Amino acid sequence: MRLRRCGANAVLVEVDSLDEVDAVRAALADADLPGLLDLVPAARTVLASFQPGSGGLARLQPLLDTVDLAVRAVSQPREVVLPVHYDGPDLDLVAQTAGMDVDGVIEAHTSAEYRVAFCGFAPGFGYLTGLPEALVQPRLDNPRKRVPRGSVAIAGEFTGAYPTASPGGWRLLGRTDATLFDPDREPAALLSPGDSVRFEAV
Amino acid sequence: MRAVTVLGTGPLALIQDLGRPGHAHLGVPPSGALDQPSLRLANRLVGNPESAAGIEALLGGVSLRAETSCTVAVTGPQVDVTVCGRVVGSHAPVHLAAGDEVTVGTPETGLRCYIGISGGVDGPLELGSRSTDVLSGLGPDALQRWDVLLLGTPGLPVGADEVTPVRAGNDLVIPVVLGPRDDWFAEPGRQLAEGRWKVSPESNRVGSRLVGTALRRQAAFQDVELASEGLVTGAIQVRPNGLPVVFLADHPTTGGYPVIGVVAADSLPWLAQARPGVRIRFRPMG
Repeated sequence: MRLRRCGANAVLVEVDSLDEVDAVRAALADADLPGLLDLVPAARTVLASFQPGSGGLARLQPLLDTVDLAVRAVSQPREVVLPVHYDGPDLDLVAQTAGMDVDGVIEAHTSAEYRVAFCGFAPGFGYLTGLPEALVQPRLDNPRKRVPRGSVAIAGEFTGAYPTASPGGWRLLGRTDATLFDPDREPAALLSPGDSVRFEAV
Repeated sequence: MRAVTVLGTGPLALIQDLGRPGHAHLGVPPSGALDQPSLRLANRLVGNPESAAGIEALLGGVSLRAETSCTVAVTGPQVDVTVCGRVVGSHAPVHLAAGDEVTVGTPETGLRCYIGISGGVDGPLELGSRSTDVLSGLGPDALQRWDVLLLGTPGLPVGADEVTPVRAGNDLVIPVVLGPRDDWFAEPGRQLAEGRWKVSPESNRVGSRLVGTALRRQAAFQDVELASEGLVTGAIQVRPNGLPVVFLADHPTTGGYPVIGVVAADSLPWLAQARPGVRIRFRPMG
C-alpha cells in the first residue's frame, strides 16, 4: 500500500488489485472519518478527500495501518438485479470470440455474480467485476459514436450498463430498461461501489 | 410571482450555486460556480445565503427584466451595470422595481461575472444542487432569451454599499502541491517552476487547458499507461503531449493520465477568471 499526496486535503491510496481497493474502500467507509467528503475507488486506487480543517486526513494513516488487504468487506452488500433483453449488436462477435453460441454467452453472463468495483465515465456508470473468463474480451477496434441508453456491455475484465446515450467502445450484449441514474430519485444512482449485481434475461 | 425574465444571455450564461460535491464515487462531478468567492459575495450583497443559486455569465452580456421588485448585485471582475440605461456599477446591491431592466456589460479583464438576485434562482435540485454541469449534463440548460427564472424567498440585503472588485491579472503565479504522480516526471518541481504557459482558448468549466512548456516524464514512465484514478478539483493532469490541464469544477471524477500536482484551492478563482492568453507560472510548495 502506498499513499500519494493529492493537494492539501486529499490522499490517493494505491494498492495492487481490485480486491485490495475494495478492502480499503470498505474500511474507510465504515470508519466514520471526520470531514470525509469523497471516497472514490478506481482500478488500483482509492481517493479520500476531506473538508479543509476537519482533521480527517491526519486520522487516515493510522487507520490504514490496521486495514487487512486480504479481507473483503464485512458489511452485507446491497443486491441489485438488472433485467436484460439480450439482443445486442455484438452478441455474435462475443460468442465467436468466446468459442460458444449466443445462448452460451447469455448463460455465462447471467450466471455470474458481479460486484460494483467503482463508478466513473458518466454519472451512474458502474464498472462491474466478476466476469466469467470466456467473456473477458477486448474493446471494439472502432468505438461507436453513440451507444444507446441502457446498453449492457463488456470490455476487458468489466461489464456494465450505460446510464445515458454516449460514445463507447464496449461490446454490446443487450439492453436493460432499469433506470441507472435519475437525479430526481433518491438514491440517484442505482449502482454504488460495493453493491452486488446479477443480470437476468427477459 | 417573484421572477426575472432573461432578455439577453451574452456568450454563455449558466445557473450556478456551490455545486454538488460528495458524489464523485457515483461518477458525478462537483460542479458549482468556478469563482466561488464571487458568487458568495453576490449572494451576500443581495441578502441571500452564500449558497443560493445565481447566474455565472461568461464575459457578462446578460440582461434581465424584473417581474417583481428585487435586489441584484453583479460581482467577479469590474463591469458596467446599467438599470434602464442608468449606470449603477458592479459590486453593489441595486434595487429593481417591477419592470426595470438590468444589463451587465462586458468586463475589460477577467472572464466570469456573477449575478446574485434576492431570493436566489429557484428550480429543482439535482443531487442537492441547481448547478449546470457541462460535462455530465446535470442541471438546467444554458439560459436563453425569454427564459423566466423563478426566485425564492428574499432575505435582508446587507448594509455594505460597495465592495472593491478583485482585478484579474494577466500574469498568474499559482502555488502547487506536488503529487500524486510527480514521480512519473523528471525533476517535477523544477519543470513546474521553470515552465511557462498561457491559457488556451479551448478552456472551459471542465478545465483550464494550458499551452507552452511540455512536461517530460521520467524515462521509466515514458510509455506507461495509468489505470484511471480519482481526480480532485485543481489537479494538474499532463496529457501525452506534455501539456497540462488544470481541472475545474465540472471535471471528470476519474482520469487516466498522470497528475503532477494539485493547485491550492484558494487559487482556483484566479484560474476561473483567467482569459485565454493569460500567462501562467507554477510555484511548487513543500
